[in-house]
Amino acid sequence: MNSEVILNIARFIILVFSQVLIFNHIDFLGYINPYIYILFIILYPIRKEEKGQFLFLAFLIGFCVDFFSDSGGIHAAASVSIAYIRPIVLKFVFGNIYEYQIIKISNTAIGQRIAYLSIIILIHHLILFGLEIFSISHILSILKNTLFSSIFTIFLCLLIIPLLRKPKT
Amino acid sequence: MQNIIAFFLRNRNFFLFLALLSLALIFTFQSHSYHKSKFVNSANWITGGVYESMNNVTSYFNLKKQNKILVEENKKLRNILFSIQEEIPDSIIKDSTHFLNGYKIRTAAVIKNSYNRTKNYLTLDKGKKDSVLQDQGVITSRGIVGIIDNNSRNYAVVQSVLNSLSEINAQLKNTSHFGTLKWDARDQNIVQLTDIPDIAPIAVGDTIITGGRSSIFPKGVPIGTIKSYKLDISENYYIINVALFNDMTSIEHVYIIENLNLDEIKQLENTVNE
Repeated sequence: MNSEVILNIARFIILVFSQVLIFNHIDFLGYINPYIYILFIILYPIRKEEKGQFLFLAFLIGFCVDFFSDSGGIHAAASVSIAYIRPIVLKFVFGNIYEYQIIKISNTAIGQRIAYLSIIILIHHLILFGLEIFSISHILSILKNTLFSSIFTIFLCLLIIPLLRKPKT
Repeated sequence: MQNIIAFFLRNRNFFLFLALLSLALIFTFQSHSYHKSKFVNSANWITGGVYESMNNVTSYFNLKKQNKILVEENKKLRNILFSIQEEIPDSIIKDSTHFLNGYKIRTAAVIKNSYNRTKNYLTLDKGKKDSVLQDQGVITSRGIVGIIDNNSRNYAVVQSVLNSLSEINAQLKNTSHFGTLKWDARDQNIVQLTDIPDIAPIAVGDTIITGGRSSIFPKGVPIGTIKSYKLDISENYYIINVALFNDMTSIEHVYIIENLNLDEIKQLENTVNE
């Protein structure tokens, strides 16, 4: 057990609890809630050989949030989807340096960071609200929820990421 | 054959992704079906325990408001009590064990409430241990809240009226025309009453109560008042927007109604159906 495993376990638990106890009850303007637990998926260390494990952890964190919010499997489905497409998004945003696995999200340029966060978060929220509402006649409220919640989540993620940076030794 | 195995090994992450995604979708669609025991629910001991300990802290913050609601209810009940005593001569003793013709009331505290999604559920701090079972009605002093959907030993999950899967029998207080109460997931204070025939005389402000045909709620539990109405596409039935009496965004204490005659009613219905 190295320090990185412990860090990720701690991050997993803290993000699930802060999501279900705090961020699920913000109700900004009556219905807008941020889903910051996907920071776990966004910040998970990039390594090619452990992709299966990463998919499973993404599923697990979504599933934990589902248990707390009585929502079936919508968070699990959205989380596992963004975990699967994350390499594609990383390559799209950061180009080929991603291949050398030297990216730390907290060290990247602000423009690239916002692009990466926005793509991942928009896809996650679209799947989430699409599955939750699950009706073509409510397509407008799916899009409205996706847009406003995404803006809130992106904003909070940009604020939280610098806080999670490890102190330099 | 080797090629096939090699193909699976090469794409094992894709297949793992498909397996996990379909598992998640199975749980999702299981939760979309009405009244079926669900595997994923917040009545288990971990989630229930977390919400209960959180509620132990947060419930202090609106004690004042809850006290006010309690006093209001006591005032209402005292009014009823005193007017009954004036009407009836003192020789009649009411048998309190037959209160409400075979319904039993229990109390519970709400430890988790949600109201801003399309399928909302509340979690209560009472479960099987306290005889809180599936299909019992949940009300507050002001009006209905929902129906018990899932339970564990110590906790229960309530399917709120603010849930697009809910269908509750309701009627007009004045004329006894009955219909079905649903929610279109747009406004947290407005639910829809459908299937009221167009010959029913209705007006804005009329009171809607539960109908008593469902064996879950007794007849006459208040729901709300008519806010607006229109005819549906076939022009035979009204779609009525009902403003709820309950403020679904702040519910702390609820009453759970158990129908003591439920088994007998179900047995009878089964023999009729056969």
